Amino acid sequence: MKKILMIAVSAMLFAASVSAASAMTLNAAGATFPYPLYSKWFYSYAKQTGTKINYAAIGSGAGIQQIESRTVDFGCSDAPLKAADQKKNNLFMFPTVGGAVAIAYNLPGIRTGLMLLPSTIADIYLGKVKKWNDPEITRLNPRMNFPNMPIIVVHRSDGSGTTNIFTWFLSDISPEWRQRVGSGTSVNWPVGLGGKGNQGVAGTIQKTRGAFGYVELAYVLQSGMTYAALKNKSGNWVYPTLANAREAAGHAKIPSDFYIKFTNSPGKNSYPIAGFTFMLIPKNLAPAKAAAVKNYVKWAYTNGDRDALSLDYVPLPAKLKSRILNELNRQVR
Amino acid sequence: MAERLSRKKILSPEKIFMGMTGVFSLSVLLISALVVYELFSASEPTFQKFGLKFLVSKEWDPVQKVYGALPFIWGTFYTSFIALLIALPVSLGIAIFLSELAPAWLRSSVGFLIELLAAIPSLIFGLWGLFVLSPILQQYIEPPLSNLSWLPFFKGYPLGLGFLNAGLLLAVMIIPTISSISRDVMYTVPANQREGGLALGMTRWEVVSKVVVPNSRSGILGAVVLGLGRALGETMAVTMVIGNTPQFSLSLLDPGYTISSAIANQFTEAFDKLQISALIELGLILFVISVIINAFAKLLMLRMNRFSGGARI
Repeated sequence: MKKILMIAVSAMLFAASVSAASAMTLNAAGATFPYPLYSKWFYSYAKQTGTKINYAAIGSGAGIQQIESRTVDFGCSDAPLKAADQKKNNLFMFPTVGGAVAIAYNLPGIRTGLMLLPSTIADIYLGKVKKWNDPEITRLNPRMNFPNMPIIVVHRSDGSGTTNIFTWFLSDISPEWRQRVGSGTSVNWPVGLGGKGNQGVAGTIQKTRGAFGYVELAYVLQSGMTYAALKNKSGNWVYPTLANAREAAGHAKIPSDFYIKFTNSPGKNSYPIAGFTFMLIPKNLAPAKAAAVKNYVKWAYTNGDRDALSLDYVPLPAKLKSRILNELNRQVR
Repeated sequence: MAERLSRKKILSPEKIFMGMTGVFSLSVLLISALVVYELFSASEPTFQKFGLKFLVSKEWDPVQKVYGALPFIWGTFYTSFIALLIALPVSLGIAIFLSELAPAWLRSSVGFLIELLAAIPSLIFGLWGLFVLSPILQQYIEPPLSNLSWLPFFKGYPLGLGFLNAGLLLAVMIIPTISSISRDVMYTVPANQREGGLALGMTRWEVVSKVVVPNSRSGILGAVVLGLGRALGETMAVTMVIGNTPQFSLSLLDPGYTISSAIANQFTEAFDKLQISALIELGLILFVISVIINAFAKLLMLRMNRFSGGARI
């Protein structure tokens, strides 16, 4: 009995020392949007390779600050950093995964499938279309019965990558929006209520009659909200689905700084409101750590798509992945 | 000789104890000073760019990098004022009932429930406000109010979220604070004063209004200041129900914004250095507001005590 115990203990010690030899801990911080997926990836990666990654989901802004001051090994941000800022801080930036933004609403008697032109969405957010029975809405949806009720516009009150993607889209399709409001993680909204986080916006829409707003696709699907079909750049009516967002991502133009934006993307079934979330690595990271980060990115690109899809994230197109891995090997040594 | 020695021994731990407690109390001062210094130095970029205009400007535009604090200051004061307006009479009623009228068995159980209310995390209040209170307000309470739209307080469309919801929620959150302290203060009014009043032929109402409440005035004021402090600084619950729209409006039906919810909302994803600095200056303003209110209350209490010499807390 004693002997068995001894063997068991020494075996455990041996196993611990082996994993300690290959173990490595990386520290990261930043965006909250990809956190559910990242935590799953980090968990599986640690189980397979022994490399542990600690991630603090403290927000993109804080993630950028931490990577600029080099208190973490890599940072994550929902909104991309401009080439000049990447260069100034000696960072290499690239997308990891994407998401789509749905237009959700709460109108008694109206189900999923309200058809909306992008310009109507802009007019609603500019405060020009104020009521649900406005001709801009009723003309496209003749079978639906709209009440004479104000549209209660809801937006994110916290700074957010979702807002960045949505305001990119509005700036793409409406010159007036681009001029009056612009795009960013938080903007000066002409009208509407602010809800904190995707949960806050989703909750406000679900509990307020006549509400209208933009919500991360995963929340819409999981909470059973009603959402709109939009007319895309090719003139087709599309629903916010992972397949349609993937098609949009496939049509993205890829600049050398990986500042990728694919709102209002061409393509037959492309969904127009979607975007990527990004990762930032110092180009002069310590070699051992740089190798570990590269291994992780390669692993995530190869093995991570299934997890991404099951959590309603949009995986990167294969061509983009290989291009990023090439650049990563070239720029981070 | 032996006596002197032992006295010396007693003296030295005493000195150590004095020194230690002194250091502990000084650390409070030091921490406050550091907080003020940090807030000042980190808000310098906005101070240089906007100066005092920051306090009166209504615009908050992170894209154009223009920042003004007025809607946030207004929202902070307005929601706290509404909360106090609702909470003060209710809390006084609770306190009077518990200290003067309730039978003993009810006293302890109701008192316990009220203290329990104070222990509920504010996030729970916020979720309740968003998911339960807001549909009720939007469908049943605000529509009749909006018929009174000739008053500036009831202009606008019923949204369910906004100043009214935030004020109600804050009222529920500060009632336990104000009522339990007021009750304790009323307990301290000596029994012989009440008996004197009754002996003079006063009714119960007259004893409460002419003896108990005047005697506990300064304590009640202290309770109000504590409640106000909680209302001014409350973050999560208000953020979830106020609608987060930076605007200057008198209407209870309109959405607004408070200082603490602006910081909670925007700090984590603030990219622009100027925006971070503007948010920190908002924090500084909130700090200054609470210092002013506390100082004002202290002064008021001193004056009251000079005139009536009543119960203190």
